[in-house]
Amino acid sequence: MDNIAGKKPALVWATNLSVLLLVLLWLIPTVGLFVSSFRDRDQISASGWWVAPFSVELTYRTRSDAEPRQEGDLWIYEGNIFETAEVRESFESGESSIAAFGLRGREPGAFEAGQEVENRDGGTITVNADGSYVYTATEPDDRGPRVYFVADTPPDFTLDNYRTVLTADNMDRAFINTLTVTIPATIIPILIAAFAAYALAWMEFPGRALLIAAVVGLLVVPLQLALVPLLNLHNTIGIGQSFLGIWLAHTGFGLPLAVYLLRNYMAGLPRDIIESAKVDGATDFQIFVRIILPLSFPALASFAIFQFLWTWNDLLVAKVFLPSAGEAQVMTVKIADDLLGSRGGDWGILATAAFVSIAVPLLVFFTMQRYLVRGLLAGSVK
Amino acid sequence: MSPIIQGIITIIIGVGGCVAYFYFANLVLDKVIFPARGEKAGRNINRANAVRPWIFLFPAMFALGLYLVYPVVGSFMRSLYNRAGDEFIGFGNYAQLLASEDFRVAFFNNILWVIFVPAAATFLGLLSAQLTDRLKWGNIAKSLIFMPMAISFVGASLIWKFVYAQDPDIGIINAIRAALGADPLDPLQIPFWNNFFLMVILIWIQTGFAMVILSAALRGIPEETVEAAIIDGANPFQIFFKIKVPQIKSTIMVVWTTITVLVLKVFDIVYTMTGGNFDTEILPSYMMDFMFRDDGLATAVAFVIMVTVLPVMIWNIRQSRAEMR
Repeated sequence: MDNIAGKKPALVWATNLSVLLLVLLWLIPTVGLFVSSFRDRDQISASGWWVAPFSVELTYRTRSDAEPRQEGDLWIYEGNIFETAEVRESFESGESSIAAFGLRGREPGAFEAGQEVENRDGGTITVNADGSYVYTATEPDDRGPRVYFVADTPPDFTLDNYRTVLTADNMDRAFINTLTVTIPATIIPILIAAFAAYALAWMEFPGRALLIAAVVGLLVVPLQLALVPLLNLHNTIGIGQSFLGIWLAHTGFGLPLAVYLLRNYMAGLPRDIIESAKVDGATDFQIFVRIILPLSFPALASFAIFQFLWTWNDLLVAKVFLPSAGEAQVMTVKIADDLLGSRGGDWGILATAAFVSIAVPLLVFFTMQRYLVRGLLAGSVK
Repeated sequence: MSPIIQGIITIIIGVGGCVAYFYFANLVLDKVIFPARGEKAGRNINRANAVRPWIFLFPAMFALGLYLVYPVVGSFMRSLYNRAGDEFIGFGNYAQLLASEDFRVAFFNNILWVIFVPAAATFLGLLSAQLTDRLKWGNIAKSLIFMPMAISFVGASLIWKFVYAQDPDIGIINAIRAALGADPLDPLQIPFWNNFFLMVILIWIQTGFAMVILSAALRGIPEETVEAAIIDGANPFQIFFKIKVPQIKSTIMVVWTTITVLVLKVFDIVYTMTGGNFDTEILPSYMMDFMFRDDGLATAVAFVIMVTVLPVMIWNIRQSRAEMR
């Protein structure tokens, strides 16, 4: 019936436009990160990511490497500045034009392209927009003069940032550490929770309602409370800060949601199936393994996704329960504690590191969205 | 030992151990302790069935007890001791917190977060749920708004650094300001309002969550009520605010409280964006300042957070008990 109210064309337009605006607002920050991660470091600091497809004015310095020829008492160097050894690589890919040039590093764009400028030793120098230059000197010089210039540089998309992040910055190690933390911490609580959820959903015993209420209450206990006592406990029993410790911690912290989600789902399974299995002489263990577990697959999947995302993205638990040394760092800790400090100004590296860390969750999100939504709904809407 | 191998072994031990525990515990219960044989067979079956739930529940209860119930008590006890943990100082840590200017700032900011983030995320979620439900490409729009849910708080903070950066060639806000002729500024250093700029990040993440749940609730509204309103001549806004919203009130409350609880846990955003500088500290990040330095104060802050969550916890429990009846 919505359509009746929504049939006014103006309203349809307004809805379309406002949703488009919302989506754009929501998407723009992520797109910025994604684009930046592929841009060259100099280009990032010279222009915003939103103009990434266009040329950027960048400053270069080089030295003429042409052979001088004598003309009267002057020595003349001629050539194209884009082809000099020091900058050749930057201009291999496309057309560029020179906006300005200069002779000192402090003023790299002091003179407009095409202007004839007097050099300190009496010669002159001209650099044209197309890169050709003429330099005259009164005495031959085995090295040409130092020239600075500002050139429109074609956009440069590279994988260099990824190479740097994954090799030089130890992000590959952090990636593997994150996986190492995440997978056991996702799998182990599922089984424990499934048995408990079955008991809470389908077995009659005194105190059941109280236990369910307790699980609901534990859902909201702030993690912060657990940090100090449990770290002390882990230190006392000899686990200390280690992978084993963080697996146990994530298992404990994930259980309330697991039990709650699975119980809600299992309680909704048809009673007939379970009762007829009981009449046929199946034990609770058999019912659980043969009937409940396979039927609960959607709920198991949605909890697994939640727990995976949560452990992958977690910073707090990793900071407390893992040693802070480099070889045990997970990606979130690596980015927040290491890269932001040591590479704070290197936006390309930061963007790339962030993108490496969010790529897997995004992949999981887009492929398993269905289960994620189902899990959310089972947890909140009755 | 390589952590990967350690991980694989842990999975095998963990999963295998669980399966073995449940299987053998059941077996022992049925065959050894209360065998369904002999003259007491009937009584034994009943007894076995009375014990079985506890076998199923034991691992979960043990883990929950150790990792969530014990810490509530343990943290509170620890917060009554001094920094070294060897001298009982009563509520000394709490008194020290109350006297500290930083704590008051963090507490005040936290109140701002708790009010503003759930309100804004729920409102935007409701709005986008209602708007996208009418569109052909609504599902794509939904999934794009929902996407930040998958991104870590650290990743989201970095993403937003590219929005807030002071350099107009990096930060999009300052680029817009530059285009309008204004001087660049650092949004994260503007007193008071910088809190809101940080909150925007969490709202950006949570709106999708609110949208997904509220959109399901909106679809569950009986069509007759909307039809009747249309026949009575209600306009779309009246239908939305007077017919639909009141019917999904309880779901709105669930969304609101869920986000509220989350707000009280998130320290990552403040930690990565400002490190608590420029008066942006909130309680979770304030606690991390003491973690590893002064366990007494750290647990005291944690317990303050717990007390703040308590009303939500009680409300949740009541709600779930009402549903079960």
